[in-house]
Amino acid sequence: MSELLRRILMLPEQSSTVAADIDRLHYFVIVVTMLGAAGVAATTLWFLIRYREGGPLSRRSRGKTGEEIRPARTRAALIAELTAVGGLLSLFVLWWVIGFRQFVGLHSPPEDSLEVYVTAKQWMWSFAYPNGTGSNGVLYVPVGQPVELIMTSRDVVHSFYVPEFRIKQDVVPGRSSTVWFEVVRPGRYQVFCAEYCGISHSTMRAQVIALDGEDYARALEGLSAIQLAGPTADRPAVVGEQAPAEPLSLAAIGQRVAAQAGCLRCHTVDGTAHTGPTWAGLYGATIPLEGGQVAVASEAYLTESMMDPRAKVHLGFKPVMPSYQGIIDAPQIGALVHYIRSLRDVRRSGGPEPAPAAVEGSVPLVQPLTGEPGEPPAPPPASPPASGTAPPAEATP
Amino acid sequence: MTTMTPPPDPGEAAPRRLEPQFADLARQEHAVRLGMWVFLGSEVLLFAGLFALYAAYRTEYSADFTAALHHQNLLIGTANTFVLIISSFTVAWAIHRLRHGDRRACLVFLAITMVLGALFLAFKAIEYGDHFAHGVVPGRGYASAELPARGARVFFNLYFLMTGLHALHMIGGLAVMGWLVTRVARRRATPAYHAELEMGGLYWHLVDSVWIFLWPLFYLTG
Amino acid sequence: MTSTASYLTAGRGLRSWLFTRDHKRIGILFLIGTSGALFVGGVFALLLRLELLTPGETIMGALDYNRLFTQHGIVMVFLFMVPAIPGVFGNFFLPIMLGAEDVAFPRLNLASFYAYAIGSAIVLAALFAGGVDTGWTFYTPYSTSSLTAVATAAFGVFVIGLSSIFTGINFVVTTHTLRARGMGWMDIPLFVWSIYATAIIQVLATPVLGLSLLLVAVDHAWGLGIFDPAQGGDPILFQHLFWFYSHPAVYIMVLPAMGVVSEVVCTFAHNRPFSYTAIALSSLGIAFIGFLSWGHHLFVSGMSVLDAGVFGILSMFVAIFSAIKVFTWTATLRGGRITFTTPMFYFFGFMFLFVFGGMTGVAVATSSLDVHWHDTYFVVAHFHFIMVGGTLTAFLAALHYWFPKMFGRVYSEKWGIIGATMVILGFAFTFTPQFLLGNAGMPRRYFSYPAEFQWLNVLSTAGASILGLGMAITLGYLVYALFRGAPAEDNPWRSRGFEWRTPTPPPLHNFAGQPEMVPGAYDYHVADHHDHDDPAS
Repeated sequence: MSELLRRILMLPEQSSTVAADIDRLHYFVIVVTMLGAAGVAATTLWFLIRYREGGPLSRRSRGKTGEEIRPARTRAALIAELTAVGGLLSLFVLWWVIGFRQFVGLHSPPEDSLEVYVTAKQWMWSFAYPNGTGSNGVLYVPVGQPVELIMTSRDVVHSFYVPEFRIKQDVVPGRSSTVWFEVVRPGRYQVFCAEYCGISHSTMRAQVIALDGEDYARALEGLSAIQLAGPTADRPAVVGEQAPAEPLSLAAIGQRVAAQAGCLRCHTVDGTAHTGPTWAGLYGATIPLEGGQVAVASEAYLTESMMDPRAKVHLGFKPVMPSYQGIIDAPQIGALVHYIRSLRDVRRSGGPEPAPAAVEGSVPLVQPLTGEPGEPPAPPPASPPASGTAPPAEATP
Repeated sequence: MTTMTPPPDPGEAAPRRLEPQFADLARQEHAVRLGMWVFLGSEVLLFAGLFALYAAYRTEYSADFTAALHHQNLLIGTANTFVLIISSFTVAWAIHRLRHGDRRACLVFLAITMVLGALFLAFKAIEYGDHFAHGVVPGRGYASAELPARGARVFFNLYFLMTGLHALHMIGGLAVMGWLVTRVARRRATPAYHAELEMGGLYWHLVDSVWIFLWPLFYLTG
Repeated sequence: MTSTASYLTAGRGLRSWLFTRDHKRIGILFLIGTSGALFVGGVFALLLRLELLTPGETIMGALDYNRLFTQHGIVMVFLFMVPAIPGVFGNFFLPIMLGAEDVAFPRLNLASFYAYAIGSAIVLAALFAGGVDTGWTFYTPYSTSSLTAVATAAFGVFVIGLSSIFTGINFVVTTHTLRARGMGWMDIPLFVWSIYATAIIQVLATPVLGLSLLLVAVDHAWGLGIFDPAQGGDPILFQHLFWFYSHPAVYIMVLPAMGVVSEVVCTFAHNRPFSYTAIALSSLGIAFIGFLSWGHHLFVSGMSVLDAGVFGILSMFVAIFSAIKVFTWTATLRGGRITFTTPMFYFFGFMFLFVFGGMTGVAVATSSLDVHWHDTYFVVAHFHFIMVGGTLTAFLAALHYWFPKMFGRVYSEKWGIIGATMVILGFAFTFTPQFLLGNAGMPRRYFSYPAEFQWLNVLSTAGASILGLGMAITLGYLVYALFRGAPAEDNPWRSRGFEWRTPTPPPLHNFAGQPEMVPGAYDYHVADHHDHDDPAS
């Protein structure tokens, strides 16, 4: 029955975990809608014929006034109308309740979601994966695991839409938006841009390729690493002739970006207070802002703080950080955010108090990525700190 | 401004102002007043959109807005507030005098109102000039050394938009006042029937009260 | 015909039309303007459908296609839908239905027409000198960075907005102050109620649209960046401002249509409305709730889950008010004495199309379903069902219903019914496939589309050609009737409406002497000397 309705309504395959539920509500709403419209039209038509001029029930054939029968029947009709309106209202509220619950579900990604950073621009979709690779126009996802997309746009508003998954989310410049899905079977799924974005809007498409675990891992290996100054792969521990270099993970790339862009001159990763808030344990924390408000250090907040550092300044810190708009690109932002996330369980040693007087260079320039809480810092990786990609503006007052 | 068809009951001076679609002058005056209030409601919604933008952006950039507010010229802003409050009083007094048959006083107070309106615009022009000299201009050319933050830029964009739109309304108000002066001088607006004077006054009050909201938003709440 | 000179002959020459303050002549001027806009917008629509016949390029390139759908949207929404019924029939009939000689401010009324004419000229000039490719919604930051004539078009729409505000002020004040002696609020015709509710929305919502478009124009011209994220702006704020007007604007377009339907159904059923109060007050309900539901256009823009919930439920309440009207119209037919005429054909079309379109509106207000449908052809089909299936059929119903009164001529019922059938069926054929296209996942504003969507697009285009042909036939016989039609009686439909109690066409001052307002406009149960109760006579 369900499958028949899906085909009649020409809905695409239900390829995500939410699709079947949403479609059930869809059938409910559309079938009732069509029956309702047909019912009104049929009643209207019936009345039109029944009460036509000269017809069996027109007032004329009942005598000129025909008023005698009206009051009682009018009362019945009034009750009928009130019942119909009340019934409709309950139906609408029911739809709203079911729809709203589903809507909340669509906005609540599971904890264990795999995160992929998405950048939209006229007219292309780019994806950056946790292992440090990236792809354009094709998004590889594993089957049976929830995937959360953290999306931003570099120019105008776009919208990420996969009909088979029944999901859609606008991608807005200057903000980060998220959408999640879990694919139920391997396959290729069309991605459309659903928000008009200019001359090639209709060809701004991509594909989601959903693969089973091993195929997925293989596919990611085949992708090229995100562009980055310096080596993009870790040297293998034992240098052998055939031993391939492991590509850097996204968090490792984030760490390297942090060093190259000069972030670590003001932000520490071990909880030590410095010019800027430490990144240790920052992710997900509720932080006080200048002006009495608070903000949660989410992906959106972190992204915004890189692009527009003065928008929401952490209470107690001076608004001295320059904007990194145009200095680090979207995959690098994704990598940085991912890196900061990886530090969420690092205990803060110095507490939240700022130390505005800290002198530049007085802390280690690079902190390790893989350090467990409390573990002594490991020696920094080989990349040169604060190389040629340092920001043009100095971060200290 | 004569009516197209002869009035139904020609006689005394006042009913000559009666348009044919109205039964009597009282009803016409009621209609004109209602129309004016509806129009003012529309105007309020026009500014309300900008106030909503201000509220949204102030929430987003509260620190920058506060910093930018500290750079505003409180003296000129406050002086302008007083200029407008006095002008609201003078226009009300002008109507009051005409109602008592004192046409000359009415003209004098209307003229004072116009002078005050012009004074407001002159102050505003000085203030704008000062902003421009410091690189605070609307749009792409914004180059303030003291307030480089993006929030400050948004603040000044809103400042120029809202005070600019208000200044356009002031210029419109001055034109209306000029027209009213000729109406009174030519005895078209009489002590018995001067709906246009009251409507012009209402409009002037509206423009003033918009400023009463702009003043705290752009000068006081730093 | 009476000896009183009709408004058509009261003055001669072009000047007597261009400088007229007579509400009836201003209504005719609006009819010429809006019909022209309908024609232009319709030709654009047919070109769009032709382009979509094949998945790739058919008759034009992507940029031209983008300009064309923008032009279609702007012309149809701002030059036709918003001013059509209030500007034409509101102007012509609202004062007559109130027993007034004219609107409260005739000069403002003429100014309204000129604001419309000048604004339309600016819009059309922008469209033909470079065009606009932003979509009629002018979403930032695309609109502020587009290289086309965005500022000019936005300014033109702003000027048309002035026209809308002027008309709104006039109708509110006229309804308040110019009702005939003894006519209380619950005696005014239902068409006036709906125009009154529309006028309130026009006055309160239009300035916000004017402001947002002005900001787009200023932004585009001088790079103000008020909605540009690169300069600290927020593009979502523009969407809120825009829909704060543009959602109520839907009711500016559809409420007058509901008023027309209320008149038509009572006249041709020769029956009192089932509930006058329900129809009258639900108009005000729609006007009020309509202001609080704009957020459902932003379900996938990144609004908070809570906001989505609130806007979702408020949107459904609007549907309840519309449902009350629909039930009341249906119930009005009961116990009537129905005559089949062209307006009644359009009424039936309206009932089916509007109800179906309205119910799909409830469907898209269901937030989780909207995620799939948002910005797809489903939404396109939904609002065309409301706008074309609702407003356009009501406009045509009004045109046929009041044609004899306005021009003193009778059109051919036979051709009228042929035209109505083609328009309604052609419409259904055009847009039903688009619902399925939306379900299948075809986003709107797509110049090229995957090949599997083609057969539905072909069906849609086929339907559009039937619709276009039906409109052409309608234009043909109406123009013929205008010059060659037989003279009309004062009250050819045997209606009790006030506008039928004046000579045809109405004299300059609407009524010869004091208008008769007893019995009421819907008192079909009371015998009256005006009503011979024999349509064959």
